Amino acid sequence: MAPTRLSRTEFAIWVAAAVAVVGLPLLLPIFSIVQLTVFLIFCLLAVSLDLAWGLAGLLSFGHAAFFGVGGYAYGILAVNGLATPAALLAGGISGALLAGILGYVAFYGRVSTIFLAVMTLTVTLILLQVMGSTADPSYRIGSAVLGGYNGITNIPSLALGLPLLPSIELGPAGFFRFVGGFLIVVLALGRLMTFAPFGRILATIRENEQRTELSGYDVRWRKLAVFAASGGIAGVAGGLFASWGNFINPEVFSLSQSAQVVIWVLVGGRGLLYGAVIGALVVQALTQYLGAIGTAYTALVLGLLMVAFVLLLREGLVPTFLRLSLILPRHKTPA
Amino acid sequence: MMVQTESSTPLLLETRCLSKEFGGVHALDGVNFRLRRGELRSLIGPNGAGKSTFFKILSGQLQPSKGDVLFDGKAIVGLPPHRIARLGIGIKNQVPSLWDGLSVYEHFWLAAYRHTGKRGAMERADRLLQQLGLWQKASQSVGTLSHGERQWVEIGMVMAQEPLLLLLDEPAAGMTEEEVERTAALLRAINTEASLIVVEHDMQFIRMLEGLVTVFYQGRVLMEDTIDAVLADAKVREVYLGTADSHG
Repeated sequence: MAPTRLSRTEFAIWVAAAVAVVGLPLLLPIFSIVQLTVFLIFCLLAVSLDLAWGLAGLLSFGHAAFFGVGGYAYGILAVNGLATPAALLAGGISGALLAGILGYVAFYGRVSTIFLAVMTLTVTLILLQVMGSTADPSYRIGSAVLGGYNGITNIPSLALGLPLLPSIELGPAGFFRFVGGFLIVVLALGRLMTFAPFGRILATIRENEQRTELSGYDVRWRKLAVFAASGGIAGVAGGLFASWGNFINPEVFSLSQSAQVVIWVLVGGRGLLYGAVIGALVVQALTQYLGAIGTAYTALVLGLLMVAFVLLLREGLVPTFLRLSLILPRHKTPA
Repeated sequence: MMVQTESSTPLLLETRCLSKEFGGVHALDGVNFRLRRGELRSLIGPNGAGKSTFFKILSGQLQPSKGDVLFDGKAIVGLPPHRIARLGIGIKNQVPSLWDGLSVYEHFWLAAYRHTGKRGAMERADRLLQQLGLWQKASQSVGTLSHGERQWVEIGMVMAQEPLLLLLDEPAAGMTEEEVERTAALLRAINTEASLIVVEHDMQFIRMLEGLVTVFYQGRVLMEDTIDAVLADAKVREVYLGTADSHG
């Protein structure tokens, strides 16, 4: 008997998702594709949080910060003429670095899980203040004017190309496929990791860290590794976001943005990564709908949604759905 | 009957003047303890005598206020728990501490994996499932198991590490009489390859283990002898068993 394995259905899901990502731009109007792209970027951010929170139990309110730092890094470097793929990579590295520094302090300092949540939230709000107070035109990095609450504008879009040839801007359809493809790759790698020994050890850390240590595993570097990777993916998502809208402003560091990432994962369900995707899509679609019908109570509805899930559907949508659909096969005898 | 370890057998564990203070309370007060290789030692004493604190220091979960711990000739005070585990000390805490969402099989597999790699972990996990009679429950998550079964899972995890020394804090607590007997037999089987220190309250169980007994009282070692000598001792009866007739 072998430990838990990835099912074949999952491979089928990845292939179907890949087909959808390639095919959708042929079916939908450009406007919808552009809208869907930002949804996918948020999905990526949600998945990055689920990697830390769902897999290893590391709740962070700082993913908005890793996202924002990635976005600013992309913006500043791209405006200064760095090739956009390199700027995107730098965005990922910035997110990973910030997560790594916070994670190092938290995990090697052996502070509690709740303190990690508080610490990451505090850093996010500090970034909001700092970036918000750069309105004076003298705050500039090279040719990138930071612009205070207005943020950085005219950020170049992601352009891909082969070395020595002029790179080509992707356009809405190409950018959608790039973001979708990246999301699928992250999901697939994340799922493979979940079932690999490293992922199983992360699961034991989530369940009972003390037992993991007493079994001879150093939990500190494992938590740090997954947290930094998670911050790196959030950073890439931030870079993609800056490329998508050609701007970035301190709003990404706001309290509502920080909380929203947590709500996405909470609604979709932790630990499976797919839940994060579903949660981000459902909540974003709902937010957009509420905005479209012109209610002023979007935040109130989201708050109620969160309370409802915490009280009534604690596992979130996807795990609850799976549990209900698997009730019969669950009574199989072990092989 | 009893395997009396020769005094020439090398020491596996030694503590010198081991003390632990919690805000002025002496949980441990200068404990000098020696364990020889191959011993199966029982630790008894009333609640608050310092037994669990002693275990937590030996496994690196607590740092002593004073004193040294030598394991296999090496000083281990100050090492983090995972390093001590790798040196060969495995512990089952008093309150079963497991990975509730994970299956029984995964517990054994993951406990072994650090030491054996993938293939070896599968073999060890399979063997433990059989040895502990948990085969039927292999894929069940441990959160759904009975208390006795949870105890065995944790003992099995410690066994999966194949440590030189097993520290078992109340391994038979909450078990039925039959389970207690099986556990005693299991520990004696483990003892053919490893040394053990067992904290227990059940005198019947300690008798089944057939090893020397160390009595802790108020953070100190009160005496160390066979179970019969310990139970016959007036001072032990006074502090631990009360003056009434003992179970033994």
